[in-house]
Amino acid sequence: MKRIGLLGMPNTGKSTLFNRLSGASARVGNWPGITVDLMSAKILIGGHIAELIDLPGLYDLHGYSDDEQVVRHFLCNNTIDLVMIVANSAQIDRQLSLALQIRALGLPCILLLNMSDEAKRAGITINTEEMSFKLNMPVVQISAKYGDRCPDALKAASLVLSKQKQHVDAEKISKQLQQDSNIEAEMEAIVEATVQMPMQLGDDLTNRIDKVLLHPWLGLPIFFAAMYILFQFIFNAGKPLQDGIAWLLAIFRTNALEPLLLNAPTWLSGLLLDGVYNGLGTVAAFIPIIVLFFLIMTMVEDSGYLSRAAFLVDALMAKMGLDGRGFVMVLMGFGCNVPALMGTRVMRSKNMRLLTMLVIPLSLCSARLQVFLFMTATLFTASQAPLVLFALYLVSFITIFITAMLFKNQYPNSEPFILELPPYRFPTGRQIWLRGWQEVKYFLSRASKFITIGVILVWALTHFPLDAAPASSATLAGKIGDCFSVVLNPIGIDSQLAITLIFGFVAKEIVIGALAVIYGLQGDALMHLMAQKLDWVQGMSFMLFTLIYTPCLSTIITLKNEAKSWAFAMLSIIWSLMLAWIVSFVFYQSARWLGF
Amino acid sequence: MNPASTQNLSNLKPGETALISNIDADNSLFHRLAALGFRNGKRVELVRCASFNGPLHVRIGSTDIILRRTEASRIQVQTS
Repeated sequence: MKRIGLLGMPNTGKSTLFNRLSGASARVGNWPGITVDLMSAKILIGGHIAELIDLPGLYDLHGYSDDEQVVRHFLCNNTIDLVMIVANSAQIDRQLSLALQIRALGLPCILLLNMSDEAKRAGITINTEEMSFKLNMPVVQISAKYGDRCPDALKAASLVLSKQKQHVDAEKISKQLQQDSNIEAEMEAIVEATVQMPMQLGDDLTNRIDKVLLHPWLGLPIFFAAMYILFQFIFNAGKPLQDGIAWLLAIFRTNALEPLLLNAPTWLSGLLLDGVYNGLGTVAAFIPIIVLFFLIMTMVEDSGYLSRAAFLVDALMAKMGLDGRGFVMVLMGFGCNVPALMGTRVMRSKNMRLLTMLVIPLSLCSARLQVFLFMTATLFTASQAPLVLFALYLVSFITIFITAMLFKNQYPNSEPFILELPPYRFPTGRQIWLRGWQEVKYFLSRASKFITIGVILVWALTHFPLDAAPASSATLAGKIGDCFSVVLNPIGIDSQLAITLIFGFVAKEIVIGALAVIYGLQGDALMHLMAQKLDWVQGMSFMLFTLIYTPCLSTIITLKNEAKSWAFAMLSIIWSLMLAWIVSFVFYQSARWLGF
Repeated sequence: MNPASTQNLSNLKPGETALISNIDADNSLFHRLAALGFRNGKRVELVRCASFNGPLHVRIGSTDIILRRTEASRIQVQTS
């Protein structure tokens, strides 16, 4: 099978073209010599099936960024039959350098001048025939977004492929790559001869929008307001969808699964229903949030606003070793950590991405908010409760800040902060849906297995031995709680709350449910009992611990998938447990010392 | 007419344009800047600066770019 690499600078619509050519058939694959996942798809080209690979965006084949190294390693370790170079028509005056670099490697290639619609609007005309002659490779002007002339591009590609008799040896490429070539003069000569650009450049509409959105005083308030609205939208629209899925799953359980398992032994039906089925339910609950999150993020990213947000808040983030895009993801983490972690993929520097992923789990997500709403209503008066909640948000921000400051030297960022500000664009509905669908597919294929195993494990801990009452102190979980009493007593957490923390490791949504099982009470009666058993210092200490320690199993699994390292996921667990204990300890002991 | 004066790109005022006269950067930064169109003799405009001493928004050819002040200070420009 022939192999085709898709290559281009960032912001050239490379991924849009990939989606256009592959439909929804793309899958993530591993490749020799590189550690990141690349999307690939089988496409029909000239009557044959070929494999199309979406390579990361790069500015320069000899560059030093993580992505540029990935592309180099890919080219040196995998034979490739054709390179499709994607360039932005409106910026061809500087992007032609990449085509010349690829040609110098001796790789068969074609040049696709994308965004022909924008170039036309800007009054840029390109003589593709002349350029093709001068470059000695086929040149086609296309619009990947609207599909204009994409079939012609495929035709040109299949012509090159059919002429191509033998593979280009990857080793030869690796030798060629070490020689730098001086191509600047050639690029200028070709652009001079084939491209006509109007004197006055710059999108007038974009300039006018930028005047407002990047205004020295208005820019930041608009940014925070926009974030707040998007945030509210994702989680307000997501909640009913999540509830709907939970409702459907519950109906299926009571009407189909429970009758089916009526005669099975208790432990088996418990394992299947409370273990496996609940595990799948935990996974399913994330689907609406991930879809909505990426629908919104695709709009924010593709419209060009994400880079502008980076511009606005960079001054605040640079000191913490993070950049503006990381800040947007941390903010999104306050809704749900899982999609926020997946969203860090927009950051192209590996170290900065890891640092951002380390702080995101510390943001107070909506699941934790549920626990705090219940606890504050139980232990505080109506006038105190909002202040307590505010304090918890404050603690969340402080722990993010402390973590970033402590770890920023461990994850030094070597990449310069230089971003393009693309003109404002409207993504098409097709682009938005494809992205949401791809991310959900990725999450399901990568996370569902581990999450289900984790839920089963916690079910087993809280139900074995079988003769003990579920979640009581006689179960394995209760024994573990006893073992940890040495460390948990100094922070005011008793053995029953310790069992709750074990449940909370799976998901914070089930913490209140776990309390109901442990105390055998629900609603007002549960609140009443807890208010009698706990004083506010204990309750606050429990909330601080819940806020800071591992958010949930899904976050851990996502962290592991995105970082491709269990060690990194473990670091996140251990660090957050330590930090949670220290904060709770300092709070609990000083409150007691002060006589509360 | 004033004689041409050389200064840092980060010292320009919003709305001012200048010609790039020298780029003094290590290999990785130099490659990135070159790929984005920063070359000697090119005209560059400082569009705006972010608040709190944040990044600069510059325009070079058909490309709008944001970069931090530390990176901008590696670029010498000539105003006339």
